[in-house]
Amino acid sequence: MEIPLKTRIADWRGRLDSWAGSSMFAITLLPLALVVVIFVALCLRALPLVEQSSIPELLFGRTWSPQRGLFGFYPFVAGTFWVTAGAVLLAVPPCLLTAIYLAEYAGKAIRLAVKPLLDILAAIPSVVYGVWGMLAIVPWVQNRLIPFFSQKLGFLTILQTDNPTGFGILAGALVLAVMIAPFIISVTYEVLVTVPEGTRQAGLALGATRWQTIKSSILPITLPGIVAGIVLGASRALGETMAVLMVVGNVAKVPGSIFDPAYPLPALIANNYGEMMSIPLYDSALMGAALILLVIVLTFNIASTLILRRIMGRVRRAW
Amino acid sequence: MIKKYLQARHLEEAFIKGLMLVSFAIVAGSLGLILWTVLSKGLPSLTWQMLTQSPKGGYYLGKEGGILNAILGSLYLAGGGTLLALIFSLPMALYLETFVRNKSWGRFVRLALDVLWGIPSIVYGAFGFTLMLAVGLRASLLGGILVLALLELPIMTRAMDEVIRLMPPDLMQASFALGSTRLETALHVVIRQMLPGILTAILLAFGRGIGDAASVLFTAGYTDNMPSSLLRPVASLPLAVFFQLGTPFPEVQSRAYASALILTILVLIISLGSRFLAGHLGRNVIR
Repeated sequence: MEIPLKTRIADWRGRLDSWAGSSMFAITLLPLALVVVIFVALCLRALPLVEQSSIPELLFGRTWSPQRGLFGFYPFVAGTFWVTAGAVLLAVPPCLLTAIYLAEYAGKAIRLAVKPLLDILAAIPSVVYGVWGMLAIVPWVQNRLIPFFSQKLGFLTILQTDNPTGFGILAGALVLAVMIAPFIISVTYEVLVTVPEGTRQAGLALGATRWQTIKSSILPITLPGIVAGIVLGASRALGETMAVLMVVGNVAKVPGSIFDPAYPLPALIANNYGEMMSIPLYDSALMGAALILLVIVLTFNIASTLILRRIMGRVRRAW
Repeated sequence: MIKKYLQARHLEEAFIKGLMLVSFAIVAGSLGLILWTVLSKGLPSLTWQMLTQSPKGGYYLGKEGGILNAILGSLYLAGGGTLLALIFSLPMALYLETFVRNKSWGRFVRLALDVLWGIPSIVYGAFGFTLMLAVGLRASLLGGILVLALLELPIMTRAMDEVIRLMPPDLMQASFALGSTRLETALHVVIRQMLPGILTAILLAFGRGIGDAASVLFTAGYTDNMPSSLLRPVASLPLAVFFQLGTPFPEVQSRAYASALILTILVLIISLGSRFLAGHLGRNVIR
């Protein structure tokens, strides 16, 4: 029996649709596969190093001497921690205040004007941040901050230094703080605007000032989201390579003061990729450094994304 | 007594508001300072020669030449990476909103994308290098394009996804009610609605790709020659800035500032251009 044309077309359209559906589904497997493949590939490459010396030895060893086969990551992990912590400490207060201002005080015109400003700040390439750091931040640290702090507060060991160059943790942290600012501001802003308008009005109706309302009802509700935003910013700072590399001094020593040079993990990888194939286990060590970074960043990211998702649900993008 | 309390809390309000304005000024001021530093240092040494020639012999000692090789190399790298990422991210974004019945799968994919977005570019670089070593590919334009595509994929997909989510559901339901399949709805209704969003996402990813140095450092290498083949190393603007800064000669360093200015201008054009396009094309969208 002849199948009517209408049915044949319908059949054809349906088949095309289901074929497209399943091939697109296959593509959505890609992101997950990529996360797993990156992790496994780096693990495999770092394996020879772990076979040669134990994991605690690697993580807490202080000697980095590839020629002698000694790979102690502690100075680099410590450097990464100092620079990241410094950047977060410097960035958080002004960023939170800016986000609160934008969400609670500013009018629509200001909000709409700030969005492109933040976009541009986020779009500037990290190497340009590095150039800015070398031209503006490092001399400022060298000529103003180091003399000022070592004279006034030199009794604090954290502020003492024998590094007169200005290339060091504080310079790295200052540059990074500006780099992560747009992230922290936008996430905090988006979290703040999820608070229902009624909460604000209830506070104001009780006679509280705006800041009292924010302080006592809005901030406590949004605290987990704000923390998640900060963690997200911190994980950006952890992996930032070029800008930090250019201003942080790159000395493989455990830092003792904010003016000391440091050598964060990304800088280690980027600086030594050229010679890593010529020394045994060196490539394995650098891939191990990448793996350490990846594990920290994955943990930070998954946790903060899950928290943020819970808060924001499907309410997003309130600009 | 009451009056005093009122004064105290109003003082606090004013004080905090003042702090907020100061913070806001710091953030905006930093941007201004960055742009000013790059402009004032870069502009004096920016010449026509830099834009139109590749490095001649002795360029890194301060002799003749330009960075056309790096400008073109960056455009090829970011262009190729963006194109490759688009091939995967467009179907993915469409699928997430139009096809996914199982909401938890959609959430899971989005989580994976967010996580990918957060992975530092140096890790992508190291991974790409490992991969290329495994298949025997040397540092080349192709390697750079592949790694940039990986780097840009989550950015582009999530940016598109955010736009489709804002689409009114009635539009899709109307299309289904007329008997369209999901694919037809996606191609004829959703894509048209998303067009400004797609372009913004593409430009966002392109801008990210063109500015990234850490990933191409391993995978694309660097050369003074013009980009010629997919399998040869290729220069890129961020690395041109970096390498020129690394020389001890002030003339070359000032060229690095000029190169940084070129890169910044490119990125600004992309960022502002996408904003303009989004506004311009937005007229064809039903809200």
